[in-house]
Amino acid sequence: MNAVSVDTITVRAGKRKILDSLSCAVREHDFLVVIGPNGAGKTTLLKTLCGLTPLAGGGVTILGLPLSSYSRHRLAAAVALVPQQISLEFSFSVEQTVLMGRFPHLGLLEREKQRDYDAARRAMRFTEVDHLAGRRLDQLSGGERQRVMIARAICQQPRIMLLDEPTAALDPAHQVLIMQLMQRLRKEEGVTVVMVSHDLNLGAMFGSRILLLRDGRVVNSGSPAEIMTAENLRQAYGCPMHVDLHPLTGTPRVSILPFDSTRPAGREDAGAEQPSPLS
Amino acid sequence: MADNPLSNRPARILPVLGLVLLAAVGASLLAGSSSLRSGEVLAVLTGRSDNDTVRTILWQIRLPRALLAAAVGATLSLGGLVFQARLRNPLAEPYILGISGGAAIGAILGILGGMAMFPGVTLSSFAGSMLVMGMVLLMARGGTTGRSDALLLAGVMLNAFCAACIMFFLSLSQSAQVHHILFWLMGDLSMADPRRAYLLLPLLACFFLIHVHARPLNLLLTGDESAAALGMHLQRTTWVLLGTTTLMVSIVVSQSGLVGFVGLVVPHFFRLLLGPDHRVLVPACILGGGAYLVLCDLLARSLPAGGEMPVGVITAMIGAPVFTLMLWRAGR
Repeated sequence: MNAVSVDTITVRAGKRKILDSLSCAVREHDFLVVIGPNGAGKTTLLKTLCGLTPLAGGGVTILGLPLSSYSRHRLAAAVALVPQQISLEFSFSVEQTVLMGRFPHLGLLEREKQRDYDAARRAMRFTEVDHLAGRRLDQLSGGERQRVMIARAICQQPRIMLLDEPTAALDPAHQVLIMQLMQRLRKEEGVTVVMVSHDLNLGAMFGSRILLLRDGRVVNSGSPAEIMTAENLRQAYGCPMHVDLHPLTGTPRVSILPFDSTRPAGREDAGAEQPSPLS
Repeated sequence: MADNPLSNRPARILPVLGLVLLAAVGASLLAGSSSLRSGEVLAVLTGRSDNDTVRTILWQIRLPRALLAAAVGATLSLGGLVFQARLRNPLAEPYILGISGGAAIGAILGILGGMAMFPGVTLSSFAGSMLVMGMVLLMARGGTTGRSDALLLAGVMLNAFCAACIMFFLSLSQSAQVHHILFWLMGDLSMADPRRAYLLLPLLACFFLIHVHARPLNLLLTGDESAAALGMHLQRTTWVLLGTTTLMVSIVVSQSGLVGFVGLVVPHFFRLLLGPDHRVLVPACILGGGAYLVLCDLLARSLPAGGEMPVGVITAMIGAPVFTLMLWRAGR
């Protein structure tokens, strides 16, 4: 069964189409990594899946039901979003932040019960931030903060988790830690994961499926081996890339090449003589 | 994690704040041009004394005034707390954003137009504050709600405009009430009237409505998108919160005039003391804000040798330096 079905959706910002008749599907328990150049519509796709962006056309089905049939509360109980940024102007403690994930499961006048505290505690243990419970969010490192935000999403007990560049600005060790966390979540909890990433190698190593976007449309989708080809990536990103198999993991390994090494096929101007920024 | 992390330290302060409020009201009943002994006051309050003079002073003057001060302090503190959360800006509060000014214009137009204090003046005051709030939101939209400078500039501009409008209306008016209105503009609690005690009911309803939205207020602090992704209905919650806040602010402005900076000082103090959780901050601001203004009013009545000064003078003398300090810290 598909956890998410996207059927020819269009999303506009003014007159500009951010997503243009885009269709895709995510099977249950998949780990889909959405890749593509800046402005491809990756973040907009994530926001659309959790009902934050209005559709100008097409339809989305979440767990067999039309997106429009969900109330905000019910949707948040099924789909969790880990945003790229969170406001730290007024900073909560880690445990308070994680406990916010119970909001979709509580009525306006209802107080948290033992099961809500248990869910928060379990989510903190899963992401290994339980020792930081009393610390304020603005006192944490980027990696710790990202794990707290994932713990908050886990505390929502969703069946689908959406992550917007969770490894951006993290060091390599924290990047791998976050990706392994997502894999465990998928395998141990049966959560469907959809993640936007600019890191092609991490995507290829951990994703079970890849969705390649450009200009609000799907360029291609499939397994990492099918999608991570030099031709596909050149077409989408407009810069030359070399792809081979990683000798240790056996997954596609992407190397970015300078523009003058080969002429890109995707964009006419990309491989042309680049004027010096100093000239 | 403790079994219930939100029922520990911060919540324990609420009974203490309740006692502080009671003590402040008690002090306010005792102090004044004719000082009363606590025994006399207790006897009158419990109906064991038939001293008519003391009874009149207490029931007709001091208790209504102390209750009005507590209601105004609680309302303005809560108003500041809600605006700060919704706009994610620690410097936002009804007075600084010009919303109290809008309410004052509405109230003055109502008074000069000969409307009854309730519901006429309260409704015209509400209309004025809603108009200004709409303008603030229009100016602050487009992702600038978190930017102190844009929001504060909008507030300064609207405040100046409101002040100019108020002087314009007063200059045109031939009413004998002009001097009284000028005093009222600086925050005047001497108009407290026991016959208007029913105004506490809509205020209490507003407090309750905001209190049940304490958790959504917490989510709003993490960002609009983050709050919506957690299941909050952003637009509906915003209108409920800002509409309720504007209504209660306009009710108290129509009764007490412009009392500035309470909505800045009190929430800031409690946020430093108790953290950002609104489930504790909302009752803390109601109790603590009430106590704060009762004590400020006590100072305003006691400091001048003869007569009294508007309570807004005291709150501005405390609030303006706090505001400057916060602005300085925000810029670092």
